[in-house]
Amino acid sequence: MDTKTLTDEEQSARKRRSVAIALALAGFVGLVFLVTIARLGASVLERPL
Amino acid sequence: MSITDTATAAPARARPSTAADYLALLKPRVMSLVIFTACAGYAAAPSDLGPVLGFAAILSIAVGAGAAGALNMWFDADIDAKMRRTRVRPVPSGRVRAEEALGFGVAMAILSVLLMALAAGALPAALLAFTIVFYAVIYTMWLKRSTPHNIVIGGLAGALPPTIAWAAATGTVSADPLLLTAIIFMWTPPHFWALALYQRGDYAAAGVPMLPVTHGAKATRTQILAYSLALAPLGLAPALTGLGGWVYAAVAAFGGLMFVVLALRVARSRAGDEEHAGDPDLYAVRRGARAARDLFAFSILYLFILFGALLAEHAAGAYVPLTLF
Repeated sequence: MDTKTLTDEEQSARKRRSVAIALALAGFVGLVFLVTIARLGASVLERPL
Repeated sequence: MSITDTATAAPARARPSTAADYLALLKPRVMSLVIFTACAGYAAAPSDLGPVLGFAAILSIAVGAGAAGALNMWFDADIDAKMRRTRVRPVPSGRVRAEEALGFGVAMAILSVLLMALAAGALPAALLAFTIVFYAVIYTMWLKRSTPHNIVIGGLAGALPPTIAWAAATGTVSADPLLLTAIIFMWTPPHFWALALYQRGDYAAAGVPMLPVTHGAKATRTQILAYSLALAPLGLAPALTGLGGWVYAAVAAFGGLMFVVLALRVARSRAGDEEHAGDPDLYAVRRGARAARDLFAFSILYLFILFGALLAEHAAGAYVPLTLF
């Protein structure tokens, strides 16, 4: 299998991109959580355990 | 031009992609106008969803518009590479691979529609999905390369955000938001044709059948005037239905009048008669085309102040109903 060694610049760019993706995903998850709470209100807690 | 041809037209990667490159794929400047008109539509609606759901709805529209932009950049990489205004975009400049732009666009489109469905229900989500498909498929893949009416029909995609936002806020669609959509729809042709008049050489080089390329500058100047004459009274209509108050009426009357005056100047000018493809400076405007440049610049301001007035009236409490009788 061919492998490619990344340059420092490429590694740094990949890391920055990964951080941006992680932040965007975390933001999306947080927003979906808030939307769920806003839609369902307190009744989201009323479920059989 | 097939989809495969387009996808392989992009150059090799110039350097590693960054988050900023992906942000550029979303066409942030177009997105800002979409957010603005959507916020005005949302604020003008008689009910709202509250801060969290309202924010999620507007964000969905913004991301959906950005997704459509990314899909447009994926498919149009070959055209963008030939035009000075667009050759610096992420795909033609090699900063993002075409297939990455495609994947990013599809992912953002799906997420935006899902978020809208979760936050505001099926109707606004369906309208958002329709808008994305209309822009990415009907406009980008079909109309843009095949007819000089490309931006007339395709303009519907850019005109729908206020209606989507209204549907998110109320769960229904009525005549009022459709009026706002009609205003943007009627605004789009003179806005883009004014730009195309002084960028005609670029469009011709890229093989895009814009009206100045297919029917000449004189026909375009006449069409700009015709659409402007229809736009000015249409812009006033929300004041008559009660959607806009005194502030809106004043802005629409003054703005509409200015729009028509500038369109008249374009009609009487020689804008677009000369080819400008060889100009070294992208925004260099020859004397004959200044009227077109002025109309293009004012058209952006017009839409901004029109929807800004609606926002001021409904979100900042400046609404004073217009009672003529």
